[in-house]
Amino acid sequence: MADNTSTSMNLNYLIYVVILAIAVFQILFAMMAGPQPILMLMLAFLQASLAVNHFMHLKQERPSLFFALIPYTLFVLFMMNMIWSDSFRLLHMRPPIK
Amino acid sequence: MSQANLALDPHAGTMEERPFAIPSSKLVMWLFIISDAVTFGALLFAYGYIRNASPDWPTPFENPSIWNALLMTFILVTSSLTVLIAVNAAQNDDRARAFRWTMITAVMGLMFTALHLREWLDLIGKGVRTFQNPWGAPMFGATFFAITGLHMAHVLAGVIALIAVGLIYKAGKYSSKHIEILSLYWHFVDIVWMFVVPLVYLMNMKR
Repeated sequence: MADNTSTSMNLNYLIYVVILAIAVFQILFAMMAGPQPILMLMLAFLQASLAVNHFMHLKQERPSLFFALIPYTLFVLFMMNMIWSDSFRLLHMRPPIK
Repeated sequence: MSQANLALDPHAGTMEERPFAIPSSKLVMWLFIISDAVTFGALLFAYGYIRNASPDWPTPFENPSIWNALLMTFILVTSSLTVLIAVNAAQNDDRARAFRWTMITAVMGLMFTALHLREWLDLIGKGVRTFQNPWGAPMFGATFFAITGLHMAHVLAGVIALIAVGLIYKAGKYSSKHIEILSLYWHFVDIVWMFVVPLVYLMNMKR
């Protein structure tokens, strides 16, 4: 048990260093070559996936939890889509279509 | 099980195993995180849409702002590590150590907020307001303050929650489960920042 905990924390330290290294690379790359949106987003997704899987332990949960969260995400996206179109109408101060 | 036994204890032997083998409160936190992630996603999407639609989008962030963003990233990612140490200590039933690391995490959250406010004050001092700025597209301020403001509000809410849960845990009224569930929220706040830095700061870097 203690060994497992120690191994898990050692992996967390490694993930911490990798996430920080990616952040430093992002900034140095943007300073030297200018910001590349696709590359920046890919690196951000890589950082996020490392944090979700290791810091938030989603990797250790049952796969059913991961799959159960997908329909909920789709539902929230669908509901936001309803509000979304209305926000663009407000941005241009247009009245609703009658 | 007989009908008589069921009548005495209606839940005896009838409770099913939890479907995801996690406490309900942890599942609720995951659901909250997803809805919150979509909210931030929508804000960042709106920012990207408006930015691309504006030919005179300002790029005001000079090197000191970028280094400040890197320092903020360092503090927030480190606070994710400190909250993991707190969870680890709580799972080993070391209440004093868990409390200490939870409070260290809260202090780091406050340091992050202070640096963020300094960045805000600097921009406000340069004349940036929600719907005007001296450089170009007036929506720059609205998107910047909305995204970073909502994130800062999440950090502050997390700091309050860390202090409250830490104190109640120290008093022995909460278990390690509560520290672990709160840590999920704190990691989420960290993850959002990983997207804010490249999209809001690096994309608007002065060249």
